[in-house]
Amino acid sequence: MTYLAKSPWILHYDASSCNGCDIEVLACLTPMYDVERFGILNTGNPKHADIFVITGSINEQNREIVKNLYDQIPRPNVVVAVGICACSGGVFRECYNVSGGIDKVIPVDVYVPGCACRPESIIDGIVTALGILEEKRTKMVLDVDKKEHRHAGLNPDHILSTGGVQ
Amino acid sequence: MMAAQVITPIGVGDVVSKAGQAKKDGYRLVQIGCTKIGDDFEIIYVYDKDFTLLSYRITVKEDVVIPSISSEYFGAFVYENEIHDLYGLHVSGINIDFKGTFYKTAIKHPFNVTITKEGDSCQNK
Amino acid sequence: MSKQITVPFGPQHPVLPEPLHLDLVLEDETVVDVIPSIGYVHRGLEKLVEKREYTEYVFIAERICGICSFIHSQTYVQGIEQIMGLEVPERATYLRTIWGEYSRLHSHLLWLGLFADSMGFESVFMNAWRLREHILDDLEATTGGRVIQGVCKVGGVRKDITPEKLDEMLKGLRGMEHELNDLTNVFLNDSSMKHRLRGVGVLKKEDAYVLGAVGPTARGSGLAIDIRSTGYGALGKINFKPVVEYDGDCYARCAVRAKEMFTSIDIIEQCIKKIPDGPVDMKVTGAPDGEYFSRTEQPRGEVIHYIKGNGKKNLVRHRVRTPTFTNIPPLVTLLKGVDLADVPVVVLSIDPCIGCAER
Ligand code: SF4
Repeated sequence: MTYLAKSPWILHYDASSCNGCDIEVLACLTPMYDVERFGILNTGNPKHADIFVITGSINEQNREIVKNLYDQIPRPNVVVAVGICACSGGVFRECYNVSGGIDKVIPVDVYVPGCACRPESIIDGIVTALGILEEKRTKMVLDVDKKEHRHAGLNPDHILSTGGVQ
Repeated sequence: MMAAQVITPIGVGDVVSKAGQAKKDGYRLVQIGCTKIGDDFEIIYVYDKDFTLLSYRITVKEDVVIPSISSEYFGAFVYENEIHDLYGLHVSGINIDFKGTFYKTAIKHPFNVTITKEGDSCQNK
Repeated sequence: MSKQITVPFGPQHPVLPEPLHLDLVLEDETVVDVIPSIGYVHRGLEKLVEKREYTEYVFIAERICGICSFIHSQTYVQGIEQIMGLEVPERATYLRTIWGEYSRLHSHLLWLGLFADSMGFESVFMNAWRLREHILDDLEATTGGRVIQGVCKVGGVRKDITPEKLDEMLKGLRGMEHELNDLTNVFLNDSSMKHRLRGVGVLKKEDAYVLGAVGPTARGSGLAIDIRSTGYGALGKINFKPVVEYDGDCYARCAVRAKEMFTSIDIIEQCIKKIPDGPVDMKVTGAPDGEYFSRTEQPRGEVIHYIKGNGKKNLVRHRVRTPTFTNIPPLVTLLKGVDLADVPVVVLSIDPCIGCAER
């Protein structure tokens, strides 16, 4: 991928992290790492978001909230689990209140390890997520096209992909 | 090395009066903490004045109702609700009583039970 | 009298990097009552002492919070050392103090940035975080970690800093000072900042004391509560005076933090000048038997680790009372009477750290 076709927005939620990863996610936005120059913006509204960046592990109280936020993000979307807590529960996995990684509740597309994650690896994870996002989008467009073709009585296998990564 | 810390044992009945005394003497409430030792629960009240600690310890069984000191120290409600939620002890007369909703935990009163996770130590659910 | 309505605030909210939930009872635009509810990031890590040996547990203690990480580990190991009667090499105590103050600098810069952002000053936010990167660079160069350092251990520290690096750090901080001056100038003298902060969310001195406020929240209300005055670590050999402001409003709390950054630089400088040569760690055998309240001053205020051991490798109890936890009652009080639009600023002004508070 050499350039971005779209400007993806991020929704960040802190499930039950220790903050270490959160502040590194925020650090990605600030002048030193500055992902905003790629058009990646942090938003507080799930309906604006494409990428769901989530730190920390699932516990009893945030299970519903994570699910709820995920459901509100328009499709296609990608979920990036940042930090070893979000991947598997990390150092806290044996705690009574921790159920494990984010994938216990919602499907995760990219796992970013590290405790705390370095901003570089977070950016790397988000860039990987962009690729997956494009793939999902292409597939979604294709599916819609196929459906329309079928309705029009045409062979759905005869269309080529539209959009997608240039 | 810092000075040794003394924790004075008191009875459950003295909790509120000691708190009142501490407040009169100009102490601030630092914390209330609970520890489970065998079947007993130790609750330690810590006050501070000019960086000197004043600590009282009560030792109670599970069914004892502990009087709240939130009438003396408004801020005590956070600790007392915590003790109720994590240990399952009863504290009476808290000014803001969350009735067990302060912490929502997977296991009720987690510090009061021995938790064994079988096989994989992670809960995995 | 107008009707009361309840507005939920959080847990996912644009100004809060962390989940905190408040039920605000409003009368028109004014907050009349607040009911906090927490537990969104409760992990229950205190119970892990049953599974981890006391030496391994340092890593867990450090991860109570990623912002005050170093000071949490320092508090924990100081408590253990106190119970076991260990005399830690002096150089290690100096290094701990230096790293502790670096953590404070990074935390305060982080907070100033977030605070500015909550008022819509995005460029100030970016600037504060840009400066913070210098601090993190030094932390990374000396400890190996940016936010989680993992450098404290029972009986000392894991890494030493060479004299050349210490000089370089000092030069770096001195070079940063005029930029910090520019930054704090915005917070202290800008007219729109003053307009937003003066007289908002006032916490009276008596209230602050009785409600148990600590850290900048207390010092902004005229209370000189700073556990650094007890001289833990190497602080006993350092000249230091807590920063105190008297107005008790958001502006005062902000000013305390802004000025404290310079105190921190000053402490680091004194430490670097006085640091003795010698080893940085010692051999530790046995296990703690006894109990102790270990106290230190975190960027957000006094933290207490209660440690109780019975001579086994696993502790009986580790209880943490973090500054944010005890700052919740003051927050509830000072939110009463503010406008709904000011709520984010007032909440941030106590610098809530939810990861800490809920453990
Ligand atoms: S992965 Fe480590 S730094 Fe990140 S939230 Fe978990 S404990 Fe904190």
